[in-house]
Amino acid sequence: MDFMVFQYPMITVQACLDGILLGILFALIAYGMALQWGVMNIINIAQGDLVILGGYIAYFMYLYGIHPAWGVIVAPVIMYFLGVLIYKLVINKVVDRDLFISILATFGISILFMQLMNFAFGADVVLANSDYGTTMLFNNNVVLPNSKLFSAFISILFAICLVIYMKKSKLGRAIRATAQNARAAKILGVDTEKVYAATFGINAALCGVAGALISITFTIHPYMGLPYTIRSFMIVIVAGLGNLPGVAMSGMGLGVFEEFADYILGTEFRIGSVFLLLVLILVYRRFKLSRKREYLK
Amino acid sequence: MNKNNLILYSGILIFGLAAPFLFPAFKVQLSILCVLIVLATTWNIQGGEMGYNSFGNILFYGLGMYLCASVQVGMFFPLAEWTESGGEKTFVHTPAQFFQGMAVGLVVAAIVPTIIAGLIGYSILGLRGHYFAICTLGLGVAAGEISGGIEIIGAGQGFTTPPFPDVGSLEARGEFFYFLSLFTLILTFIAVRSIYSTRFKLILNAIRDNEDKAEAMGIETMKYKIIGWMISAFFCGLAGGIMGGLVGYIDSTDVAFDGREMGVFMVLMAILGGKGTLWGPIIGATIFHIFKEGFWTFFLGWQYVALGVLIVVIVIYFPEGIMGWLREKYPERFGEVVDEKDRKAQVELK
Repeated sequence: MDFMVFQYPMITVQACLDGILLGILFALIAYGMALQWGVMNIINIAQGDLVILGGYIAYFMYLYGIHPAWGVIVAPVIMYFLGVLIYKLVINKVVDRDLFISILATFGISILFMQLMNFAFGADVVLANSDYGTTMLFNNNVVLPNSKLFSAFISILFAICLVIYMKKSKLGRAIRATAQNARAAKILGVDTEKVYAATFGINAALCGVAGALISITFTIHPYMGLPYTIRSFMIVIVAGLGNLPGVAMSGMGLGVFEEFADYILGTEFRIGSVFLLLVLILVYRRFKLSRKREYLK
Repeated sequence: MNKNNLILYSGILIFGLAAPFLFPAFKVQLSILCVLIVLATTWNIQGGEMGYNSFGNILFYGLGMYLCASVQVGMFFPLAEWTESGGEKTFVHTPAQFFQGMAVGLVVAAIVPTIIAGLIGYSILGLRGHYFAICTLGLGVAAGEISGGIEIIGAGQGFTTPPFPDVGSLEARGEFFYFLSLFTLILTFIAVRSIYSTRFKLILNAIRDNEDKAEAMGIETMKYKIIGWMISAFFCGLAGGIMGGLVGYIDSTDVAFDGREMGVFMVLMAILGGKGTLWGPIIGATIFHIFKEGFWTFFLGWQYVALGVLIVVIVIYFPEGIMGWLREKYPERFGEVVDEKDRKAQVELK
């Protein structure tokens, strides 16, 4: 336990800033999660592994001498096709089945990806160095890497583009229609199979962007996927499906929470605190809902 | 109990008792098989009968493992110094100390998880469907991460359980753990079998089929859900305690709270055999263990890839499991009366 964070205001500022910039990335991943959850009613445990895979694409480019920021363009393209492939191979067989089946199936995919990445890239913690330098704020008391600003900017850009795309384009309308009522959409001539594939692909592409940004700003490791899945799941339940400002806000909130947990409890409890927070949120939600049910009685 | 069953049970029992002498090289594998069957069978109480698909039974398993080892050490030696020495032979258990410690440790390892299951049951079991699955997944991982940060039980460097004392025979260790796990397995089987022949099982099935209706019929569903979870926790803790002694080394995320391996295995075994049946998890665990031990060595490093593919294939193409498949094929054997016309109609439909 370390309460220095309350005695030195600059550390608080630092933690808040770091948390918000990190939270924007979480929100981007959670947006993908909300999308596929809302449209296909699937909870993808492999979400985090898709993120890490996107990160490795950027890292790979970095290894071959290309600036990793280009990964932001390349990763989503590769990941989109990978997502469609996963959909065709596995997900389309579990879409209308029991939810637990889809959870278990994606858990299998997650284990598979984890290990394949371990083979392909090794079990080391890596990062793609972007050489963006740092900005010092408040009399050199707060350190702000420019790469974090860059990643937050790119995430917001992608999120805005996606929102506009969902509102305006034909496919976006089809996706929203399928989310509202898949059967009705089918009757009215929407090819739901195609919509599902595209949704999963878009989700994977978003994961790819987020992963590339994470590999630039933070570090990646083959086994780090599950915490990202849990974070995005948590953000989606706190915000609710289809509530975009809510997703952004709760993403940032989670980021700030994590930074403070890191300072106060110590780094070794960081992931543990995320998972505990998930349990607490779910339990809180359960009691809130049960009170509502009793009221209805 | 009719005559056929009696022959079957006594046959299995005799095989179980004779197995370590018939296959002396496989004693450890057979003990692990017993533990796996216990885990799969107790998972089935929630996942199969109650419809609450839990990833979190690993919590009780790991808890039992840590508790048993800590009690076994802590009864005679200072725990902190033991974990700090990291398995160096500074302290040695005499045989009497070892067995006493193990006995008390196993009792604690069974009781404490049961109490914990009862305490958290009210909050956790109110969640439904996928929220429950993800919440229990989170519980298991959180327990692993947190126990990996606690100094007194070894933190990141692991906890060496007391080595088996020298009692004169080299075979003693294997036999001791084998019969311990076999005894646990028999205990579990008797408990689960007697549960499944009571009204309790019907209540659990009612919860699985439609919880709101069950509640409307006047069943206090929450009470029964918690009892079901506590039964699972009891045997999972026991199995964990034995497994800790058998493996000889406890690591927070790789051995005790190993959601990626043991936590998924128990689900997978129950589904492979057929969830919601008494024999399904047993058959599933046996087949899975034989497959795993037989073929794992051929994959050499690709085990997890094979495991991932296996999960996906089983879940997609085989969600009813072996018992479900048998039931569809030979419904008469399961005591279901099938009309000849119905069957013909079904064949035509296919």
